[in-house]
Amino acid sequence: METETAIPYGRRTQTAPAVPEVDILWITAGLGCDGDTVAITAATQPSIEDILLGALPGLPQVRLHNPVLAYRNGNDFLEPFREAAAGRLGPFVLVVEGSIPNERNKSEGYWAGFGTDPATGQPILTCDWIDRLAPRAWAVVAAGTCATYGGIHAMAGNPTGCMGLADYLGWGWRSAAGIPIVNVPGCPVQPDNFMETLLYLLTQAAGRAPMIPLDDKLRPTWLFAQTVHEGCDRGGYYEQADFADLYGSPRCIVKLGCWGPVVQCNVGKRGWINGIGGCPNVGGICIGCTMPGFPDKFMPFMDMPPGAQLSSTAVLTYGRTVRALRKFTQGSMNQEPEWRHR
Amino acid sequence: MSTAQPAKPPQIVEMSWDPITRIVGSLGVYTKIDFANRRVAECHSTSSIFRGYSVFMKGKDPRDAHFITSRICGICGDNHATCAVYAQNMAFGVRPPALAEWIINLGEAAEYMFDHNLFQDNLVGVDFCEQMVKETNPSLLAKAETTAAPHGVLHSYRTIAEIMRALNPFTGALYREALQMSRLAREMFCLMEGRHVHPSTLYPGGVGTVPSPQLFTEYLVRLMRYVEFVKKIVPLHDDLFDFFYEALPGYEEVGRRRVLLGCWGAFNDPDKCDFTYKRMSEWGRAMYVTPGVVVDGELVTTDLVDINLGLRILLGSSFYDDWQGGETFVKADPLGNPIDQRHPWNQTTIPRPQKRDFQGKYTWVMSPRWLDKRTGHHLALDTGGGPLARFWATALAGKVDIGYIQATGKSVKIYLPKTANLPEQELEWKIPRWSNTIERDRARSYFQAYAAAAALYFVKQAQQEVFAGRTATFSEFQVPGEAIGCGFHEAVRGVLSHHVVIRNGKIANYHPYPPTPWNASPRDSLGTPGPYEDAVQNCPLFEENGPDDFKGIDIMRTVRSFDPCLPCGVHMYLGNGREIQVRHAPMYGVQGPGEGGRS
Repeated sequence: METETAIPYGRRTQTAPAVPEVDILWITAGLGCDGDTVAITAATQPSIEDILLGALPGLPQVRLHNPVLAYRNGNDFLEPFREAAAGRLGPFVLVVEGSIPNERNKSEGYWAGFGTDPATGQPILTCDWIDRLAPRAWAVVAAGTCATYGGIHAMAGNPTGCMGLADYLGWGWRSAAGIPIVNVPGCPVQPDNFMETLLYLLTQAAGRAPMIPLDDKLRPTWLFAQTVHEGCDRGGYYEQADFADLYGSPRCIVKLGCWGPVVQCNVGKRGWINGIGGCPNVGGICIGCTMPGFPDKFMPFMDMPPGAQLSSTAVLTYGRTVRALRKFTQGSMNQEPEWRHR
Repeated sequence: MSTAQPAKPPQIVEMSWDPITRIVGSLGVYTKIDFANRRVAECHSTSSIFRGYSVFMKGKDPRDAHFITSRICGICGDNHATCAVYAQNMAFGVRPPALAEWIINLGEAAEYMFDHNLFQDNLVGVDFCEQMVKETNPSLLAKAETTAAPHGVLHSYRTIAEIMRALNPFTGALYREALQMSRLAREMFCLMEGRHVHPSTLYPGGVGTVPSPQLFTEYLVRLMRYVEFVKKIVPLHDDLFDFFYEALPGYEEVGRRRVLLGCWGAFNDPDKCDFTYKRMSEWGRAMYVTPGVVVDGELVTTDLVDINLGLRILLGSSFYDDWQGGETFVKADPLGNPIDQRHPWNQTTIPRPQKRDFQGKYTWVMSPRWLDKRTGHHLALDTGGGPLARFWATALAGKVDIGYIQATGKSVKIYLPKTANLPEQELEWKIPRWSNTIERDRARSYFQAYAAAAALYFVKQAQQEVFAGRTATFSEFQVPGEAIGCGFHEAVRGVLSHHVVIRNGKIANYHPYPPTPWNASPRDSLGTPGPYEDAVQNCPLFEENGPDDFKGIDIMRTVRSFDPCLPCGVHMYLGNGREIQVRHAPMYGVQGPGEGGRS
């Protein structure tokens, strides 16, 4: 009787997650820079320690296997990867960081390897790991623009022939659980965007959320439906046709190379870390780093986007007119009512 | 290295760790370990990733260089962007307004604060944490439990074992506090450079950051919180590292190599720096971290032109074809000095993927060396993980004197003013007796204080510009048809240079040299091993485990002391050690102190 009353009522209303434990196997051995892994250490919504220490209710216990944050080294570290490839570990989420090189465009050697094959003494190709792990994964997540669409390392003239994960596995690919590849682009990925996507998947694995909503480029819809411009605090300058001629101005920088009006990214609203920083909102031209066309279609970055020529001209008459009218009204509103005096 | 001969017949076991974790990038270390004499007999380091920046940047717009090269590194990309901007400024002939330079200095200072903090207490720290020490040296942990921490009053951990527990991954209090402080420092970074780790607001000619009193207020308030943190962690790390010297006599030999340090300087003084090559010697010496090459404790030069002219990129064990007969892009520098075909300005990168062969070619890393014109030796300089070389060069040069920081000729004094809960504090980094694992790690903590103190000075300078109404942050420029440029900077983990050649308004050649090619380089064409290899080779082993459960902790600590950042790698195999040969002649483990960087 006493022990029963000692159990809080609320606890009895809780249900266990559908799966008690999830492993996250994170491969950084694509052609990348580890910037997406570093980004997740910046996240606070949620933070990585929130996830690993069970700070959020109702989630499975998570074990993270990421080389930058791992306790173990070498073969000890690779053990869960080998287990997973052999079908002895599950369920797991495979996170891929970096683009996937084309290992067939040369006669021998490797562009990217991860660990060594004890039989040959040669590196195990990163793409071989993906071939072995992806079919067994509960979900596969591409972290950052290299892994999603190829990114910087897939620039014209590159020697490695690299590509994004969906180009490698196929855009129609589905995991054993029926989940498409989940793309979280960004160069690097916005920290909270990634952690929030991971949190959604863990919630889905726990049986508490429906299938993750993705757009046709496999991005989470609630994070990537809006353009930078739609969330940019300099959008008001654009509306008033008030364009900066030089970097360092607080006005709209679309004429200086900002691609914000067409790029799908929430950085203007979310900032970079704890709401601080970003791109055009703090004076950095948007170079389109979340987009499949990045980087080639946005280069040279510091030239005005061709479309901005037309749109910034079209808005000129309207913008200048409303700016003048608002200036007039603003002047009036800056005066106190006339009866406030001694 | 000690010249002591092995006392027992060697028992050589091949061991490798691949991948080495808790670093950035892919690194493997392959060793032969003499368990009879508890010493590393041989070491090769290898990296298994190639991306090809110097290949795909050809023909691109030179204004794009900093956006592109930032993507080289995911933890210090902004160091690349900054260095690229320096090279662009030189090539374009543009001098940014002073305020822009203070803003960049503040951003870069925040990067050092963030990165050293994260690396020291979340990556390196795990090698010193309770869980690890229990696995590798249980008797050392027992001793730590009963050893009082001399500075416990400052940092609140009473024993060395309490410090070790606080470093346990995720569950340790210091581990988690460090993560939080690294976020605070990244907020400071983003105030100045927009986004981390690939900045949005840097441009050739200046920055897009909008200066206002608010910008510097937001930075300063966070900075002082970081300063308070630094006042605790510098004495904390002194306690931890001194304990290793005291508890494990001979630990100073772990990771020790000849003093061969390079520092390319950081934080320009906008009053002096006009980005012209011709005056580079002068404005280089005015940097707030003094550039320099230190050989056997002697400061060989502080001249960036000398440093530039001595750069040589060697092959030997790397997966590339040679360019010796290739195009010479730059025959002489703007001062008329001849430029060698093996200099980055004249390098042509020709990747040649092939099987890995430790007797032949085994890595994607090349072998940068510095030609010491006094001796004709191609020195395998290391960076000491960054801070050790920065401190050593700055201390010996004795030039930096900004109130918060004073270089004395044999030490560097750092002044941290009063914070909310702690009184003022003066720290002094003194030139150590060794260039070894512990001193690389110790210097990292002190450099967190250095960066914070420098930032206090930069905030004041920036505020004065704003208060005086000088708020422009950008100078206009034209991209010339033909030009060359170079940038010198300190990435978090050491020397960084970018060399660009522009023809017909496009990039004709571009070669970045980050710290990791210096530190992780393989045996070069002259047979000189790279610094990781050199520091691990002959390293005495203090781990209590035998071959069957060997963790290689002393090797791991040594490799990590350099703060590896290879978006490349060192590989070692662990466990299941296979005994490969038993030699009775003491062939291994013998290396004189002068041979570390033999050329």
